[in-house]
Amino acid sequence: MQVPAPFEYERATSVDHAISLMERLGSTSRLIAGGHSLLPMMKLRLASFDYLIDINDLHDELGYIEAGPGEMRIGALTRHRELLESATLTAAFPIFADAERVIADPVVRNRGTLGGSLCQADPSEDLSAVCTALDASCVIRGPGGAERLVSMEEFHVGPYETAVGDGEILVEIRLPVRPGCGSAYEKVERRAGDWAVVSAGAAVWLDGGVISDARVGLAAVGPNTTGIPEISAALRGQEPSESLFEQAGAIAARSCDPATDQRGSADYKRHLADELTRRTLRRAVERARS
Amino acid sequence: MTTVHERVDTFHDNDQKPVGYGRMLRKEDPRFVRGRGRFVDDIRLPGMLHLAILRSPVAHARILSIDTSAAEASPGVKAVVTGAMLAEQGLAWMPTLSNDVQAVLATDKVRFQGQEVAFVVAEDGYAARDALELIDVEYDVLDPVVDARRALEPGAPVIRDDLEGKTDNHCFDWETGDEAATAAVFARADVVVSQDLVYPRVHPAPMETCGAVADFDAVDGKLRLWSTTQAPHAHRTLYALVAGIPEHKIQVISPDIGGGFGNKVPIYPGYVCAIVASIVTGKPVKWMEDRSENLISTGFARDYIMRGEIAATRDGRILAIRTNVLADHGAFNGTAAPVKYPAGFFGVFTGSYDIEAAYCKMTAVFTNKAPGGVAYACSFRITEAVYLVERIVDCLADELGMDPAELRLKNFIRPEQFPYTTKTGWVYDSGDYEPTMRLAMEMAGYADLRREQQEKRARGELMGIGIAFFTEAVGAGPRKNMDILGLGMADGCELRVHPTGKAVVRLSVQSQGQGHETTFAQIVAEEIGIPPDDIDVVHGDTDNTPFGLGTYGSRSTPVSGAAAALVARKVRDKARIIASGMLEVSVADLEWDKGSFRVKGDPGKSVTIQDVAMRAHGAGDLPEGVEGGLEAQICYNPSNLTYPHGAYICVVDIDPGTAQVKVRRFIAVDDCGTRINPMIIEGQVHGGLADGVGMALMEMIAFDEDGNCLGASLMDYLLPTALEVPDWETGFTVTPSPHHPIGAKGVGESATVGSPPAIVNAIVDALEPFGVRHADMPLTPSRVWDAMRGNARPPI
Ligand SMILES: Cc1cc2nc3c(=O)[nH]c(=O)nc-3n(C[C@H](O)[C@H](O)[C@H](O)COP(=O)(O)OP(=O)(O)OC[C@H]3O[C@@H](n4cnc5c(N)ncnc54)[C@H](O)[C@@H]3O)c2cc1C
Repeated sequence: MQVPAPFEYERATSVDHAISLMERLGSTSRLIAGGHSLLPMMKLRLASFDYLIDINDLHDELGYIEAGPGEMRIGALTRHRELLESATLTAAFPIFADAERVIADPVVRNRGTLGGSLCQADPSEDLSAVCTALDASCVIRGPGGAERLVSMEEFHVGPYETAVGDGEILVEIRLPVRPGCGSAYEKVERRAGDWAVVSAGAAVWLDGGVISDARVGLAAVGPNTTGIPEISAALRGQEPSESLFEQAGAIAARSCDPATDQRGSADYKRHLADELTRRTLRRAVERARS
Repeated sequence: MTTVHERVDTFHDNDQKPVGYGRMLRKEDPRFVRGRGRFVDDIRLPGMLHLAILRSPVAHARILSIDTSAAEASPGVKAVVTGAMLAEQGLAWMPTLSNDVQAVLATDKVRFQGQEVAFVVAEDGYAARDALELIDVEYDVLDPVVDARRALEPGAPVIRDDLEGKTDNHCFDWETGDEAATAAVFARADVVVSQDLVYPRVHPAPMETCGAVADFDAVDGKLRLWSTTQAPHAHRTLYALVAGIPEHKIQVISPDIGGGFGNKVPIYPGYVCAIVASIVTGKPVKWMEDRSENLISTGFARDYIMRGEIAATRDGRILAIRTNVLADHGAFNGTAAPVKYPAGFFGVFTGSYDIEAAYCKMTAVFTNKAPGGVAYACSFRITEAVYLVERIVDCLADELGMDPAELRLKNFIRPEQFPYTTKTGWVYDSGDYEPTMRLAMEMAGYADLRREQQEKRARGELMGIGIAFFTEAVGAGPRKNMDILGLGMADGCELRVHPTGKAVVRLSVQSQGQGHETTFAQIVAEEIGIPPDDIDVVHGDTDNTPFGLGTYGSRSTPVSGAAAALVARKVRDKARIIASGMLEVSVADLEWDKGSFRVKGDPGKSVTIQDVAMRAHGAGDLPEGVEGGLEAQICYNPSNLTYPHGAYICVVDIDPGTAQVKVRRFIAVDDCGTRINPMIIEGQVHGGLADGVGMALMEMIAFDEDGNCLGASLMDYLLPTALEVPDWETGFTVTPSPHHPIGAKGVGESATVGSPPAIVNAIVDALEPFGVRHADMPLTPSRVWDAMRGNARPPI
């Protein structure tokens, strides 16, 4: 039996209720969404909190995938499984289904959420790379209902650290919808359900056979899962080609900062950053064309 | 000796309930699939308290002080016990299965991360866990010994300073074979190949962790202990010796067990703590370890650093095999093996080949790691032995430019050579290797696979075909040379037929998923003709079963299976006498027709075994000299081990860009002699093959340089899932054991033994374009990529 240290628990009845509880209880409180990152840490007693505020009852308010004009909006409490099974999302951004198929296992995907994934900010976490590739922005709501919009670059402050401050909650992810988009995700894992050795997500936007924009997000190759602006700069305005993808792969390999661990050597991970960048760009272009 | 050679059994309809051998659904499954199993953690006794163990956070340290006052004051806490307190009762240390000692709770030093330091007993598990955090232990951290290769260096920290006069980390030396004769053969051989190999430390990781409920009754002095044990009788005797409780006052109950794989053979400190706690508090006490505790502190397997050498003629006749092994035994020598076999049955490293000479020299050392060296389906280190020989045979094939199947076929021990005494003294009982090998090759379509591989190589694709052929030595064992702590490895068995013709068979062995309740009912059914469904199999309770040494090392069918068959024959012999009285003919005039006795030449006159049972218990006369009742008991002492064999072929594809390995096909042809329930055999094989995929591709208990265990959760210690394994293709041949009453051999570990070398051989074969001759497990993508770039490195 692995059990967390004692804590008190309350179920929030609305987003604003959750915020007011956090305001009142301060930094010894934590939101719990799917709990698949938080609870393992608490059970191993790597983390302990005096209060847990459960937001799972807010699924009506925070669990949705809405395609709007020029933008797709996804609620923070949308579960992995809903992301995997959404036809709307897959049609616009197949990168989500690619990634979700290889995130954890069905048990975790039934509960784990988009918001929890991003807020956990684990350097090996997959959806941050997806959102980075898609140029997502994050809607954070704070005391008094004030909302602010931050880019993925701003959202990620460091490993396990995000722009979400005390008393704040991530409520929504917004994905710009632009024509000519193709996207793809690839992950190398030691075993199904394992965290990535390295993974890469790519999105390209084609305009008349030329890349108008392209973004790559990597996971598990360093403290931050950020996009690599140099790749975007190298691809923009070019016609897709193998040599272009190779160039992008080389940039990815040299821009990342992986560490040797049980999952693999730093050299191997660097190689994968290259290989997977090329593979995902190739697939993203194919998809953009079809 | 007959060898039947067939791919699939004729399928018996499950609904027809064969009286005897054949496919039949497992009798135990309804309770498991309906959630009605009863495991140790399901035991709840009135007033039961809960125990949690404080473990060392560091690998090697002197304990300066332990302050338990805050924990004692914590709500719900009933007792806090340290090593010093146990020492006062003489209980701080206990014997291991290998005649070493192990700390129950550390007194002087901690010697591995996760070692037991103190325990808390509280009203519930939460209170016990919370109180652990309040125990204040002051450690003086010492340099750890992590790398076994450096354990014997002068100046290495001495781990076992508890042992009188100990000044180094030497555990034992062992050798087998003829050193001089082997050297002479090597000196004249055309070809000599040598290869360093590491079989890394892995963990059995059963689904159910270890635990116990101890209930000591102070009034009648009886201890009842429910525990996760594969060897309830052996444990009972050891508790009697350690704790000084008379043996007749100890009842060990091993209820449903959620997997063992050798992990539940040893006695762990936690069991002893639970017993002490129950004695101290006068209440039943439950201890159930969590997943991390199981992974970091209980018996591991393997951890052999080996050099293999093989000598051969240029045309591919294997002449000799030599090996040097450095064995890492952790902080205490807790190996579970017969006492005279400190390296288990590693001596069978000569494999399935008829060679001229062999020699092994082994040195075992202590390190600051969890003790063990248990099974994990290793049939006492045969896993390591088979890996060694099957890997170096492939290295030889590579050197000679010969097909690995052809090289094996050329060197097999031939059927007429059995019983065959190996150069290390093992007497293989029976075997007919070539048909088994040929069947596997036929099922695989070996020639086509090689063609496909050629085509793929031309296109730059990486495909590999790996072969392993193993001979196992299972069923320990003859009591003349096999015992564990002085307990001979013979097994008792009792069979009682009730008046209505139903029966109960009582076994000393304990099932952890092997399907004993079905297999043993079938063995008895085959002999006395009572349907398996009418035979209750009782096991796992020392008060209700005869003595025997338990289930591990694939010994249940070879030893207790023989006992069950013989006890049934004994009952049948008595039944025959009673039947002769009932039919008023002489015994010699009766013939047995599974389930009934008939009068020869007068088939109309017969009695069933059920009729006999009623007569045995009923009114009316019995033949002179025959007592009432229909029952018997026996203790079976095997005359030899049994030697199952098998041919495994694995096909892998490797992604050249990411170095990920996909096991595309796996063909397993097993020969375990007489097949009792083919479905259960296949289940054992399937599970073992999945184990093999895990060990070959992902499993390893790793440590950092400070001795911290890096495999403390199932997120870190990876076990394979259904997605990593292919559809298994199984086949079989049947070469019965000549000395076993029903010709059966063990099969529980065959696949775990045989599959890792097949998979590694396949991967190395796939990497041939990169000039790779060897790469150590676990072959994770990163390690395969290293090998592709000429950087294959040992994992430790
Ligand atoms: C066995 C296993 C394997 C896994 N494998 C992978 C994998 O391969 N790839 C991968 O990407 N992930 C993996 N995960 C993680 C999984 O995806 C988690 O579900 C996810 O990371 C966290 O989501 P959650 O909803 O469970 O968050 P929780 O665990 O509930 O919360 C995580 C953190 O986020 C905070 N939080 C949650 N929601 C919000 C919000 N709306 N606003 C502000 N803060 C919030 C919480 O306070 C907490 O600090 C795995 C998990 C497990 C258990």
